[in-house]
Amino acid sequence: MQSAWRWLLVISLSASGSQANANDWNMPVGVTDISADIFGLHMTIFWVCVVIGLVVFGAMFYSLFRYRHSKGAKAANFHEHTSVEVLWTAIPVLILVGMAVPATATLKNMYDSSDAELDVMITGQQWRWRYEYLGEDVAFNSNMSTPRTQISGAETRGEHYLLEVDEPLVLPINRKVRFLMTSDDVIHSWWVPDLAVKQDTIPGFINENWVKINEPGIYRGQCTELCGVNHGFMPVVVHAMEEEEFEGWLAKRKEAAAEEAMGVDREWGMEELAERGESVYQAICSSCHQAEGQGSPPAFPALANNQQLIEDVDWHLDKVINGVSGAAMPAFRSTLNPVEIAAVVTYTRNAWGNDTGDVVQPSEVAELIAQ
Amino acid sequence: MSPKLPPQPHVQHSTTAVADGQSHAHPAPPKGILRWLLTTNHKEIGSLYLIFSLTMFFVGGIFALVVRAELFQPGLQLVQPEFFNQMTTMHGLIMVFAAVMPAFTGLANWMIPLQIGAPDMALPRLNNFSFWLLPVAFTLLLSTLLMPGGGPNFGWTFYAPLSTNYAPPSTTFFILSLHLAGISSILGAINIIATILNMRAPGMRLMDMPLFVWTWLITAFLLIAVMPVLAAVITMMLMDINFGTSFFNAAGGGDPVLFQHLFWTFGHPEVYIMILPAFGIVSAIIPTFARKPLFGYASMVYATAAIAFLSFLVWAHHMFVVGMPLVAELFFMYTTMLIAVPTGVKVFNWVTTLFRGSISFESPMLFALAFVVLFTIGGFSGLMLAIAPADFQYHDTYFVVAHFHYVLVPGAIFAIMAGVYYWLPKWTGHYPNERLAQWHFWFSIIGVNLTFFPMHFAGLAGMPRRIPDYALQFADFNLLSSIGAFFFGASQLLFVLGIILCVRGGKKAPAKAWEGAEDLEWTVPCPAPLHTFETPPVFHRTSH
Repeated sequence: MQSAWRWLLVISLSASGSQANANDWNMPVGVTDISADIFGLHMTIFWVCVVIGLVVFGAMFYSLFRYRHSKGAKAANFHEHTSVEVLWTAIPVLILVGMAVPATATLKNMYDSSDAELDVMITGQQWRWRYEYLGEDVAFNSNMSTPRTQISGAETRGEHYLLEVDEPLVLPINRKVRFLMTSDDVIHSWWVPDLAVKQDTIPGFINENWVKINEPGIYRGQCTELCGVNHGFMPVVVHAMEEEEFEGWLAKRKEAAAEEAMGVDREWGMEELAERGESVYQAICSSCHQAEGQGSPPAFPALANNQQLIEDVDWHLDKVINGVSGAAMPAFRSTLNPVEIAAVVTYTRNAWGNDTGDVVQPSEVAELIAQ
Repeated sequence: MSPKLPPQPHVQHSTTAVADGQSHAHPAPPKGILRWLLTTNHKEIGSLYLIFSLTMFFVGGIFALVVRAELFQPGLQLVQPEFFNQMTTMHGLIMVFAAVMPAFTGLANWMIPLQIGAPDMALPRLNNFSFWLLPVAFTLLLSTLLMPGGGPNFGWTFYAPLSTNYAPPSTTFFILSLHLAGISSILGAINIIATILNMRAPGMRLMDMPLFVWTWLITAFLLIAVMPVLAAVITMMLMDINFGTSFFNAAGGGDPVLFQHLFWTFGHPEVYIMILPAFGIVSAIIPTFARKPLFGYASMVYATAAIAFLSFLVWAHHMFVVGMPLVAELFFMYTTMLIAVPTGVKVFNWVTTLFRGSISFESPMLFALAFVVLFTIGGFSGLMLAIAPADFQYHDTYFVVAHFHYVLVPGAIFAIMAGVYYWLPKWTGHYPNERLAQWHFWFSIIGVNLTFFPMHFAGLAGMPRRIPDYALQFADFNLLSSIGAFFFGASQLLFVLGIILCVRGGKKAPAKAWEGAEDLEWTVPCPAPLHTFETPPVFHRTSH
């Protein structure tokens, strides 16, 4: 089995002389029971096709070689044969039934997301993922961390080029985790090949899927549904940990979230807000409004020297908190916390020559969100 | 079934008057461009379709080469993601709606009347209108690339809400152009059905028709059934974009998944619209060059009808990961697997036609044989994709890109090329330069496999579709695909050269240009005169 794949590989890669391992040219077996089942189905149907192909093409090339006009072949005149025709209709039906049985069993299993021990909400957004551990008060955004300089080629590309994020989804192994999946804007699709989970995230819908990971490790995937300009830059990274390690991680995240919530009530200075705001801006806003706030009209308006933005702080806050209906600008009221919103608004009101001198306090933002 | 000839009108335009044998009644055609704008002759309109299609094949091909050039190595070198998305979208739209579909309609225009012994299409003026809608539609579509915000950038499947609330302003023009192309297709299909059902030569029963005519009859019914669904779905988009409705806008209570159900209700039969006439062409060529009647004529007809029927019941296999209920997944998995049965029957019939034949390898035959092998490989990957659990891994990866390019390029397009080489003597009076055609064939077959075979591996290894840049482990496969694409693209210039040389001259062809050819078109001279079968031929039943 492996040797045939290897042989195909040699043909297809001989031009480049590259060293490759199995996962670089075949579906991964993965690290869940489902992914292994799917791999088994994939290889079974593949070999069924190979055998049928050998028989059919064998008969074809035999005929082409044996009955050449140039060798004086005389054509026969037969043109139907009922029993043969019935036979080659019936045999494929039987083969297909043989394939359908295990496929049905696997599919039923994939659809059984009952008795999950942990629920994670996955929200697609142009162009990042948001993960929310339901009932745990832990939520964060996961953005691609590959720098633009690597994409343009100004810097050497790293090992995990385009498949690395600032904050991966952290999951425990050996526990059934249910995913609830939706989207804030267009349709995205969350895929990690090693987990054999691919599910569209659709605005207005909540899809379910689940995973029970057998081995700790870091598993990488990508968005697989065209979702706009940065569709290619929306990786998924899952960090699967031993259960105790995961509990420790979760406790730490809870603590940090509580601390952040306390920060809403205190008075913040311009500098600390602007500093925090810059990192939020680069992670969240710059993919549309660009690194220097220059935007890319008409879809994504410029923020630098935007007169309406400069003159009207309430309008500015409203757009960030509630989004722009019918346009690409999403509502950040639930994606970013009040500190982050206050920080990024303060930053954009004072960067790139906007220089309004405005400072927006997290407490004001919290009040607006509560309204 | 008794033949039904149309009533012979006394006062009619020239093309039907010929049935009275009054060929002297033809007014001289207008000169210059007007001749082509006003023509109602099926042969001239067929040529227009074919020239238009070939032009668009190169336009769509250049878009594909922009994509492949950007994907030559990791990183963004040549184009930005905005333009990359416009190129993938336009490549798909142009190839489907402006290259493959019009090519088949062009072949139908030329060959159906000749194969059934009719003097022309049933509705010649409608025929003219059907064609001239196309240049208008696609000039409009291409012009969106120059509009502010760019052209369509949401993939040829234009899933909402990316194609509605999040689309560039030019989308309204995209909708209008698709409407025009859709009207053209529907009118063309009506014309083909009217011609086939009413204008066959006396004595030709339905089950005597050549398979190209049969497959086109079934295709035309598919077109009439599904093009209105496309029209409906793009009209709903138009309303969502311009009139504040929320068909597909979840925030307004709409349903983005409804878009996909509607689109694929059109889109899946559309896939068969692009392959059934190809089956017909191959079923004409293989018996000719095997010098032996087609094996299983009746089962070929039934298999075509079965595929067409099943094509309405499989649409949601494009949507296995949208979160359908289990029972729907199972239904669409089973129906999709079932399509392999009639498709298999066709392949077995072609192979058995070769068995104990007397086979020669002229260029039409080479393309037809390559079609059988490579289309079957595309069919195998289609069978793999039908396995719903496995599709969770394959869906929206390059494995799918490899699959549908195998059925469309060495499938539909090779069949079109086979048909062109087969019928060029009938159209021009000269054989195509065989040596050039053979070079074209071998370059094409190397190019097509080098381009699309590595995509299987890239997809299985995890490369998603429609991305302008990719992780480093996909670099080798993309490098090979890009080299193959440029090689394939360049070798198509040989095709154009061969056609031009053949129009200008070459070895003279007799009426029956190929030794083993049996159908009615080989009873009229090469080149076929402008008006043929002014008196209906008497049809002699052959061996079907």
